[in-house]
This record gives sequence, structure tokens and C-alpha cells, in this order.
Amino acid sequence: MNKEVLVIGGGPAGLEAVKQLKNLGYKAYLVEKSDKLGGHLTKWDRLFPEGISAKETLEKLLKPIAGIKVFLNSEVVEVKRTDDLFTVTLSDKTTFIVSSIIVATGFTLFRAEKKEEYGYGIYNRVITNADLENYFIKRSDNRINNPSKIGFVHCVGSRDEKVCNRQCSKLCCVTAVKQACEVKELFPLSEVYCFYMDLRMYGRYYEDLYLEAQSKYGIRFIRGRVSEVAENEDGKLVVKAEDTLSSKPLKISLDLLVLMAGMVKNDDNESLSNILGTRIGEDGFFEPANPILRSTEGNSMGIYFAGASTGPKTLPESINEAKASVLAMHNYLSNRV
Amino acid sequence: MIVNGKQKVWSDYQKEIPDDHYFYVRSCIRQNFFPASEKTFLDIVRNKLNLDFFETEHHTTCGGIAYHSDTIPQETIMTIIARQFALMTESGYKNYVASCITSFGIYTETLETWRHFPELEAKIRENLWKATKREFNKPEYLAHASDVIFKLRDKIAAKARHRLVNIKTGEPLRVVEHIGCHYSKMFPSKGVGGAEYPYVLTGMIESWGGEIIDYPERRHCCGFGFRQYLVQANRGYSLSNTHKKFESMEPFKPDMIITNCPGCPYFLDRWQYVIAEMEGKTYGENSQGIPVFTYEEVAGLVLGYDPWDLGLQVHQTAVEPLLDKMGIEYNKADKYKI
Repeated sequence: MNKEVLVIGGGPAGLEAVKQLKNLGYKAYLVEKSDKLGGHLTKWDRLFPEGISAKETLEKLLKPIAGIKVFLNSEVVEVKRTDDLFTVTLSDKTTFIVSSIIVATGFTLFRAEKKEEYGYGIYNRVITNADLENYFIKRSDNRINNPSKIGFVHCVGSRDEKVCNRQCSKLCCVTAVKQACEVKELFPLSEVYCFYMDLRMYGRYYEDLYLEAQSKYGIRFIRGRVSEVAENEDGKLVVKAEDTLSSKPLKISLDLLVLMAGMVKNDDNESLSNILGTRIGEDGFFEPANPILRSTEGNSMGIYFAGASTGPKTLPESINEAKASVLAMHNYLSNRV
Repeated sequence: MIVNGKQKVWSDYQKEIPDDHYFYVRSCIRQNFFPASEKTFLDIVRNKLNLDFFETEHHTTCGGIAYHSDTIPQETIMTIIARQFALMTESGYKNYVASCITSFGIYTETLETWRHFPELEAKIRENLWKATKREFNKPEYLAHASDVIFKLRDKIAAKARHRLVNIKTGEPLRVVEHIGCHYSKMFPSKGVGGAEYPYVLTGMIESWGGEIIDYPERRHCCGFGFRQYLVQANRGYSLSNTHKKFESMEPFKPDMIITNCPGCPYFLDRWQYVIAEMEGKTYGENSQGIPVFTYEEVAGLVLGYDPWDLGLQVHQTAVEPLLDKMGIEYNKADKYKI
């Protein structure tokens, strides 16, 4: 039996899949289109809701990868299926034959500048959740200068038909609450506002974090979407929103506005799906064979999915899916023999 | 402000604007509010730049006022528009340019609606045939007249006799631009620069030497809002909208306002007087008010037209402070000549 497997995507799901494959005695090839492993996790400081270090988490995911053949800056450009085997060609012309492929290509962060009314890339003090996380790591960003009034805008580019992303990005609510608490820790005298549609604090301890944000940190939650952002004469941001609980329009002056950019499909999902012979859903993410009973399996045998390739996922969900994906693949290959 | 960011947005909303050969339709209310603007437009394109702009006395209102006041149904206004297109077709033109922002919005909305619902277009064609025995081709290009001036801005700058510069200080004049809501808020891709950071007027001001002001209420409605004003009981809304804009732009010390809509210059101009009467507050340098112009008037000033030939004497807010800043000579006695 060919015990060689291709994992596409070197983020947390791909790394966990490689680890599990290694434990089961498979030889894994890991292909990553960027120049380093770790995916979006490399850009995080602390993870919700417990505040676990992202750096330490990534180190734990990378440790078992030692000795694995990794192709960085590479993409799959061709896959030919012959009987039960896949002949894979990469962008650097490398070719190998594998018995299965695990797609762990993850997601793309929504480009916040597409919501033009929020002024990202136009107004200096409008940043994204990713920018703020980067600030937490480096403690340096010339846009963040001891702000006294800070706003968070939830659902930027998610649950938004105007930008063709109907899906809920799932983790932005809790990320906003986490980041709001962290900002308050850094700038204790600041006033922090969260503008939300509704708060989807579905995970374990998420609700506790939300409660703590209000009771311990005094963060103010305003139910309403921001309609537009502008800059006044001293460079402060003028933010307009509607407070839908009090049914009143609201205008507030802020020193910093953080846009919670959501998770969206990768631009190359469709081309990769064509190469692999898989299906893409209406939302642009990969479509599993069955969303309930076979959520990590592709519609054609030998193709598996892990993590956010099939839609927005949290980190624990991605890790668990990677394990499930490898197990499903192992069962398939074992039964085939 | 990150200028590169705006330039990126502007580059995303480029619009094809033909150079020449247009069928021109006037605005029903602009001819009353600012009667010389359309005359100036035609004089610039025909006589200064030698371009082919045809108009016919047979065209009518587009019906926009009635449409946005909910007094006529959509099929009626579409049939009116179909007749205008028939006049264009009969005249041998393919490029249609509207003087009015609301007309431009309605033409855009109609063409988009027909694209999505071709059976409705077929019905309107039938309506027009039954009513007038006319047929029409849809325009190959639809433009607003400000798109045309935007396209020609550098040619106008090359012929400029005055620039938007304070001759005493040498500094660029500080200009507030106000885009009519119906220009691109409904269909951002149909306007130069899109809806959030429109470039159509900004491009003119940059070419002619001025400096654009971005202030917090830049996107806000001028106050016309159709039923905000047309229903008498709602006129307080109209005034409060305009008041909000002036309060917001005041700290930026604008020298002038440029607009591309029939209603906007009218309300931004006239309500300054009402605010002064009601609140005792006057905006602008030395409390002389902030002069408000149509883009054709500004183009005319740049090209050296006599201010009174441009009809600036019908403005409520005096334009003389701006003329003085630009170094434009004028005869005070001619202001009200007949």
C-alpha cells in the first residue's frame, strides 16, 4: 500500500494532520503557499477565551513536524488520478505520487478596505483585528498612541450580503471581546465600545468572557451597525451608528477604531477544487461529502478536508477536524487494502 | 488621512466617458435655480473645446421629481425615459448625457432594471409605441454632465485664465465638494470614484489648483431629500440637514463649495440665509457666508467668463468674496443688469 499522503496548507489544521499521519506511520508531504508554516496563528498573541499564548501553541504544533518534507512557497498545479493514486505536480515542477490528499487550506481574512464606509486604509486611526493582534505582539504601531476612546466594529465583511459574504465568521464576536479586554488592560483609563449586530458567544467560557468584559472592564456594548466613519479636524474619528436598543442614532468621536474583519474563502479555492475534482459551496468554501456524517471527506474518495477549508472554524475545531480527517483517511486506506 | 488609500479607491471606480458626440438633456429645475449653468456647459464644450453636443427642444422632464415624491408609477417614468432615448436615436446619437443628477440616477436605475427584467423593457417599448409610435435604442454610454467636465478638466485647466488659488497668499483655495446623492450612492460603479470617496468634483478641483476638504459630514445629504423639502411640514428636516453639514465643515475654513446636483447648490446656498435669520449664525470668512457653485460655474470662472454672465447674481450667498480671492475682476454695477 502506498503510505504517502499530501497535506495542502501549513496552518494549524495542516500541521495537526501531519502530526497524526506521522503517528500512524504515513509519510506526509506538506505544501504551503506562503514562506512559513503556522498560517494565521503566527499573527496571534493570545488565544480566546483563556488567554493561552499563540506562540507556545504554535511551537507545540510545529515540534512534531521535524523531519517532514515541507514545500514552502509552493502550490499544487496539477493532480492526475490513476486508479487509487494521485500524481501531484507542484508549482516548482516537483512531482510525487500519493494515496490521499488532505485539504487544509484555511481561510483569508476579509480585506477591510472593501467596506469603504469604514475608512480602513483611508483614515489613519482605523485598524483591523489583525493589526491590533500584531500590536499586542510587537507593542508598536504608530496608529495606536495611548487612545482614550476605542471602538470595535463586529461583523466586518461577514454576515454581509453587500460584500457577498453571507456566512457568519463565527469567532469574531469572542475575538472582539477578548481584544477589548486586552486593550482595556493596556489602557486602563480608556473607554471601550463594541458595536455589534448580536453576540454569538456560543463556545465554552465565551459567555464568561463577555460577562467579565462588562463587569470587570466596563466595556460598553452597543447593538447597532456603524454606518460611516470620517475624520475631524484634529484627526480623531467621527463614527456614526444606530443604537437599536434605544432606537436612536449615535455619533461618537474615537481615537481608534478596530474593524473585526471576518473569515472569507480563499481566492484560489475554485481553481484548487477544479484541480482536485472536489465541490465548492455557494459561500466559496469546499463542500464535504455530507455536512453531518462525513464532514471531513470530499465527494471523491481519497480527498479529505480539515479546518477552515470548509468554512469558518475556531482553532480547537480546526485541530479536532484534522484528527478526524486523518482517521477517516486511515480507515479508507486500511479498508482498501 | 492616507491619500494613497483614496487614490486606490478612485482607481477602482474608473468610468468610461466618451470624448465627443453627445445627446444632451437639460434639467427641469436647474434651468430655474441656476439658469446659466447649462448655457455655460454648452458654450464650453461647443465653442471653447469644439465638441459635438446636440440638444432638441422636444425633450421633456424625466419625471424624477414626481417619481421620488411617489406620485407617478415606475412604468410611467420609464416610458418618459424611453421617449427621451427615442429622441436620441432619431437624432443619430449613441452617447447620452444628462444635466441633472436625479435624471442621471433614474436613467441608470431604469437601464439596470431593464437589464435584470427584460420583459419590463419589452412592455415599456410597447407602451411607447402605443403612445407615440416611436422606437428607441438604449444609449451605448450614459454620462452625467459632470463626468464630461471631469473628462475635460485638464483641457479646461490648459485654457484657464484664473486658478483656484488665493492670489494674496498664493495658497490653494479650500474647497468643499458635495456630490448629489443620486449620482453614485445607488450605483457606486456608475460614478467616477464611487460613492464613499467620489472623485468627479475632486478631480476638477485638483486640476484647477484648489485643495479639497474632507470633513465628517461630507457624505450627508444637502438637505433637499425630495420629500424632506417638498412636503412643507418636513422642511425642518431639510434645514437641519444643511445646518449639520455647515457646522461640520466650519472648522475646516472652506473658501467655497462645489456641487454637481440641481438641489444641492440651491439648498446649501439658500439655507445659509435662513440659518443666519433663525440662528444669527453666518459661516465663512468674516461671516460673509460660504459661496456655493455648480461645477459649470466654477469651470466658467476658471475659463474667465464674466461672473454675471454665469448667473452668479442669482445666488443667495454673495460670491464676491470668492471672486476677490481668485483675483477675478467684475463690475459691481453690472450685477443686476437686465
